[in-house]
Amino acid sequence: MTAATLPFAEPTGRLNPLTGLRNTFTLTWRSVLKIRTNMEDLVGLSLQPIMFLLLFTYVFGGAIAGGTHAYLQYSLPGLLVMTVVFATLGTGLMLNQDITGGVFDRFRSLPIARSAPLGGAVLGDMVRYMISVAITLGFAMILGFRVETNPVSAIAGCLLLLFFALCMCWVSALIGMLVKTPQGVQMYGFLAMFPLVFGSNLLVPATTMPGWLQSFVKVNPMTDLTSAERGLLTGGPVGTAALHSVLWALAIFAVFAPLAVRAYRRRT
Amino acid sequence: MTNAIEASGLVKRFGKTTALAGVDLVARPGTVLGVLGPNGAGKTTAVRILATLLRPDGGQARVCGYDVGRQAYQVRQLIGLTGQYASVDEGLSGINNLIMIGRLLGQSRRGARARASELLERFDLTEAAQRPVKTYSGGMRRRLDLAASLVGNPRVLYLDEPTTGLDPRSRTDVWAMVRGLVTGGVTVLLTTQYLDEADQLADDIVVIDHGKLIATGTPDELKDRSGGQVLEVEPASRAWLDRTAAVLASRTGVKPAADTESGLVRVPVPNASVLPIIIRDLDEAGVDLAEFTLRKASLDEVFLGLTGAPAPGQGSDDGPAGYDRPQHDDEIRELERSPR
Repeated sequence: MTAATLPFAEPTGRLNPLTGLRNTFTLTWRSVLKIRTNMEDLVGLSLQPIMFLLLFTYVFGGAIAGGTHAYLQYSLPGLLVMTVVFATLGTGLMLNQDITGGVFDRFRSLPIARSAPLGGAVLGDMVRYMISVAITLGFAMILGFRVETNPVSAIAGCLLLLFFALCMCWVSALIGMLVKTPQGVQMYGFLAMFPLVFGSNLLVPATTMPGWLQSFVKVNPMTDLTSAERGLLTGGPVGTAALHSVLWALAIFAVFAPLAVRAYRRRT
Repeated sequence: MTNAIEASGLVKRFGKTTALAGVDLVARPGTVLGVLGPNGAGKTTAVRILATLLRPDGGQARVCGYDVGRQAYQVRQLIGLTGQYASVDEGLSGINNLIMIGRLLGQSRRGARARASELLERFDLTEAAQRPVKTYSGGMRRRLDLAASLVGNPRVLYLDEPTTGLDPRSRTDVWAMVRGLVTGGVTVLLTTQYLDEADQLADDIVVIDHGKLIATGTPDELKDRSGGQVLEVEPASRAWLDRTAAVLASRTGVKPAADTESGLVRVPVPNASVLPIIIRDLDEAGVDLAEFTLRKASLDEVFLGLTGAPAPGQGSDDGPAGYDRPQHDDEIRELERSPR
């Protein structure tokens, strides 16, 4: 059987939404496969959280909290937040590589839903976030971290993280669309995320910070997310912080997803 | 019968650069249309418009009767595209690249896998099937890219410089593949820098330069048009080169090209009837001949005559200088890609 002997199919009129959804899942499958094939990505995904955990627990723990175990209990929820936020950079990176490498040209010459490459990339990245959360939490437990609430709260904590990452990755997607090279994505991504991650109560309580910084910490969405995670994993108030995190995530999504989609339409 | 490709008056600008300044293209079903031109002539831009990747600023284009702008979804079901730069996913294995495309085209899991294996076999990639594409050589990547464009059994296939950078054997393989597809009824639009490639494969040729169409016709018509035949004279001694050139100039009205290196004087001749007169004149001028040949003009000479440039990749030492624009294509690509 060769292409030459097959009859040509007549084109059909419209793309049906179900086909579009299937296109998205095919490209999700592709993103997930790429995690497996791409060793650097896999190593980065797993080693980075392990390195952060070891560094913060043993280098800073004693000085900050007077003991490594106490500090691990305090910092782990924050480290989880940090890990998924940094992991969202991967979304922009991959989209940018697809555009600069010409893969998107191939996609666009195919009769598929225009949104599928973007949707597939974002959904596929959910798997990456799950991997980073699982590794961080698992390794922390080896180091002695204990969930002080209950399994249901812990699972809720993980889901909240994933939801937040799903919304946050649109910031990264926008950067990926606007910047010319993958290196550029990395640089602008870190420039945007470092102040957010470290200008919060993620690793230390805000009480020792100067007043102006405390005001920033208070409005920083990372602070709400970290407080919610602390409540869900190690006990304490959850309600307001969790509600604020969800609202923040939705707000970020509402602003950045349309911007990213618009940039995507222009660029592809 | 509807033409497979029909474009008229295509215009595309990128900022101040005009990539296409009104180009017409027609490809009859089941034939190869060769698009020839130097770097930066606008070949890739034309292909990208016909492949629905770019919107033209003017003119219109139809593929099998479907408008590339308003009926892009239909056009995409008919075409296969192999770009100048291999657009396959570096992070996936060869076989998964092809399965992915098959699945995107609505093939079943099993069907996509079977089609992928078949294509890998056909392009001699079976052994490398499971390896990530980033470990492939340039030639392998290009073959995979070709395979990727055939997954959907396209009716119209765009090959944008498909053999650039391939070794001679792979080139011949690609040619054989193109011939096989055309026999099966596929229409191929082929852009190329290699004149022998166009000569070998194309039923019709269009030559574009600076975004403008400068000639169309069959390879034979084009060769006939540029003087038809070429007379090559090699005097027995290099000392007679000037004298030989003078004789040829007086009888043909064209200043001949004298190549001191090979000792050849070359000039287009309108018909063979001047040959006896030229031989007599040379004899009277005291020029002994080592060689006296009349042959059909090669496409290289056609190209030179039409664009005022030597064919790219054929060595530019003996052609007019200042025509090398290697940056231009990249520049246009950059403009096409950059966010606005």
